[in-house]
Amino acid sequence: MVSETAIWSYLEEVPDPEVPVLSVIDLGIVRAVKVISDTEVEVTITPTYSGCPAMNYIEKNIREVLIEKGMKTVRFHTALSPAWTTDWMSEAGKKKLLAYGIAPPVNEADKLTLFGESPVVKCPQCGSENTKMLSQFGSTACKALYQCNDCLEPFDYFKCLR
Amino acid sequence: MKNSLFTYTLRIADDSLILGQRLSEWCGHGPIIEEDIALTNIALDLIGQATSLLEYAAQVEGKGRNADDLAFLRFENQYFNTQLVEQKNGDFAVTMVRQWIFDTFRLPFYEALQHSADKQLAAIAEKSLKETKYHWKHSSEWIIRMGDGTEESAKRVNDALQLLWKFSDELFFMDDVDRELMSQGIAIDLESLRPAFNERIQFVLQQATLQLPDSKWKLNGGRVGRHTEHFGHLLAEMQYMQRAYPNMEW
Repeated sequence: MVSETAIWSYLEEVPDPEVPVLSVIDLGIVRAVKVISDTEVEVTITPTYSGCPAMNYIEKNIREVLIEKGMKTVRFHTALSPAWTTDWMSEAGKKKLLAYGIAPPVNEADKLTLFGESPVVKCPQCGSENTKMLSQFGSTACKALYQCNDCLEPFDYFKCLR
Repeated sequence: MKNSLFTYTLRIADDSLILGQRLSEWCGHGPIIEEDIALTNIALDLIGQATSLLEYAAQVEGKGRNADDLAFLRFENQYFNTQLVEQKNGDFAVTMVRQWIFDTFRLPFYEALQHSADKQLAAIAEKSLKETKYHWKHSSEWIIRMGDGTEESAKRVNDALQLLWKFSDELFFMDDVDRELMSQGIAIDLESLRPAFNERIQFVLQQATLQLPDSKWKLNGGRVGRHTEHFGHLLAEMQYMQRAYPNMEW
């Protein structure tokens, strides 16, 4: 019977549809894998944000990869608790994000502080810490929009969610 | 118990769904691009929360309906959202005041609901709470910016407060549905959330140099299916596709 370790390694080949440099493993959205039989597997996933429109694609992509590897039935279970946090993103994932031009999540002050200092986010292009937040909300639910004050490039920041 | 849980879940779901629908009307019409994106991001979070809640409601009901059936194929008096969330977008100040009152309620509500004896409601609350913190920060900062801004912005946000505050009390509406589920540790005693709600409201109003309206007039009815005239128009737009082409799928 196929091992769970093998399934986990297959899933490293499944990219996130919005940020294709990251695998679903890097993102930390695969929470459990259970091999039922030689040809059947159950995968537990958790959404990054409640309204993440990529979840259906992610299921489809996982199913395709596992079927290619010889599975016949891939079942999904969605777990909402414990809720996904950017703390689950792998270190390798953060490096890949940076190389792709998206600033990875950094430690942030409590969201309930109004007009608090925005976190210091390094520009992924030039490395400067002299950046400013343009918008708390960005091109996808998981990102905020920043701009570098030195090289002037706008960039996406994968915001901290805890 | 099953009926009460179904109604209770729908009440939470419909607040998210209808406010999400209202916010999505801003898509392409935001005052600035960043705000257009923010409003639609918040709409997306709310519709995502509504999806989880409606899926659960459908499961509790056990009559073979799914989340889409519940979202798109009910009649007006079968929706249990508060009248606050169905109010028209108005200008940006109206949209933000509506959002801010709602977010200020949702924060302590989800904080409490994540400890509900109902595991699925607790899980949805735990997930949604993280998103609601972003929403509250966003709407509160706008209330302060507008209230403590120019003469024009202060006037508009004050007008919006006059228009909408009378709908805020309905967020705390409770009836037998709540009481039955409270005895089982499932529902939240909404009265217990009032101090946290009032404190946050005052905290922001002070910085915004605004005051609550003097009027003590309060409106409710949404929680039992009575809605304001704007709601039918909203449903007509939201349900159009499913009514015109029954069972169509994207």
